[in-house]
Amino acid sequence: MNKERVPPLGARGQIVIIDYGAGNIQSIKFAIQRLGLTAVLSNDPEEIRNADKVIFPGVGEASSAMQKLREGGLDKVIPTLQQPVLGICLGMQLMCNYSEEGNTEGLGIFDVDVVRFPDDRVGGRESAPSADRSIKIPQIQWNSISHLTSPLFKNVAEHEFIYMVHSYYAPVTDQTIAVCEYGIPYSAAFAKANFYGTQFHPEKSSRTGEQILKNFLEL
Amino acid sequence: MRPITNNYNCNYKLKNTRLRGHKMITKRIIPCLDIKNGRTVKGTNFVNLRDAGDPVELAKIYSDTGADELVFLDISATEERRKTLSDLVLRVASQVNIPFTVGGGISSVEDVDILLKNGADKVSINSSAVKRPELINELVAKFGSQCIVVAIDAKYINGEWIVHLVGGKVPTERNLFDWAKEVEQRGAGEILFTSMDHDGTKDGFANTALARLSNELNIPIIASGGAGNIQHFKDAFTEGKADAALAASVFHFGEIPIPELKKELKTQGITVRI
Repeated sequence: MNKERVPPLGARGQIVIIDYGAGNIQSIKFAIQRLGLTAVLSNDPEEIRNADKVIFPGVGEASSAMQKLREGGLDKVIPTLQQPVLGICLGMQLMCNYSEEGNTEGLGIFDVDVVRFPDDRVGGRESAPSADRSIKIPQIQWNSISHLTSPLFKNVAEHEFIYMVHSYYAPVTDQTIAVCEYGIPYSAAFAKANFYGTQFHPEKSSRTGEQILKNFLEL
Repeated sequence: MRPITNNYNCNYKLKNTRLRGHKMITKRIIPCLDIKNGRTVKGTNFVNLRDAGDPVELAKIYSDTGADELVFLDISATEERRKTLSDLVLRVASQVNIPFTVGGGISSVEDVDILLKNGADKVSINSSAVKRPELINELVAKFGSQCIVVAIDAKYINGEWIVHLVGGKVPTERNLFDWAKEVEQRGAGEILFTSMDHDGTKDGFANTALARLSNELNIPIIASGGAGNIQHFKDAFTEGKADAALAASVFHFGEIPIPELKKELKTQGITVRI
């Protein structure tokens, strides 16, 4: 048997969740606790730089979240980090070049622009009474991920379900490591060097999410 | 706004592999727990519960058996209700690995702030939004659409769906569909529609009204009130075009086990997470 030699979880350095006043960070902290580990919340650049793993959460509106990052100087810190970094939901979107939401310049880590899901009301509902009403905005559902191409998805099967809540999306690029469909295919996750980002919420995605979070912490 | 510079031709990865190609969204099954002073109200007959009144234990059972989300509806009326509820939210967030919504008596930005900080994924507001609709805009601006659910209780009276307050006791001047559209325009992320005529009847959901809501609005609609058997859920998703279906007693009393419900829905062609 070829057993992978991975140091046990928790035997390494600190896990830091970036606390910049945007998002449901409590849930991520608890999800890590359920894996038997401890994470600290911090907005201190030094503590973030020294972490073994960094989680960059985000819920809410892009431009105000970006503004909060800038106020703490964290927009300069995050792109220079050397350890594994995981952006979640809006965190992932802010790691991209740009977001249509609030006309927001991102951190430029993932080479893609974030855009709004096509709204079938544009042009007037009355003119298109037979429009497909199953695509609603925001997308709030368990969607399934495919085209998994990263150690982030170790022991995760194609088409497993994860929880998605968002109105803006990033298209598929060569940095995409997981794909979802919502009317159109889009990026469910990205990777570039030590940077990872998931559009979905691993901390809310039941056992599949726990596995993905565990995989990240074992990188 | 700057122009979008995506190279949409870079979808090359997808060319040789098949996507699922489904346009149907995955329908959600949502058990609702009524909470009074931090305890579940209606009771359950889960034999393996250590403490039948503990919402956290019940929530864990539901998340482990395939519920897609949970709703906690607080009906306490005590002075300490805010503190009790936020403590409960913290305990749920620490134990449960699926999203959950908290509702009941929420009337201010501060109320929502505490609940979200303690780990709630969404909050639902009802009477406070009818009394002061600007509250929806304020919450959406501060926390984002995705976590603001507006619950609407309505009753069919003389050919019109009328919005009711205080758990359906007090009629308003508002029409369900007009109010729902206003709620969407103000930025709410979801609507939880309870038909007072169907609630408790176990006779099926208000599918005609649901379908109209779903056709006229572009945000997800959660169906509530009337679940009695598996077919009712199927009808809410097909005839009612609901995005999610919520129920309480049929789950709490084990009349419809969630794994069985989802298996049957899948067999009948409804996309569900299994």
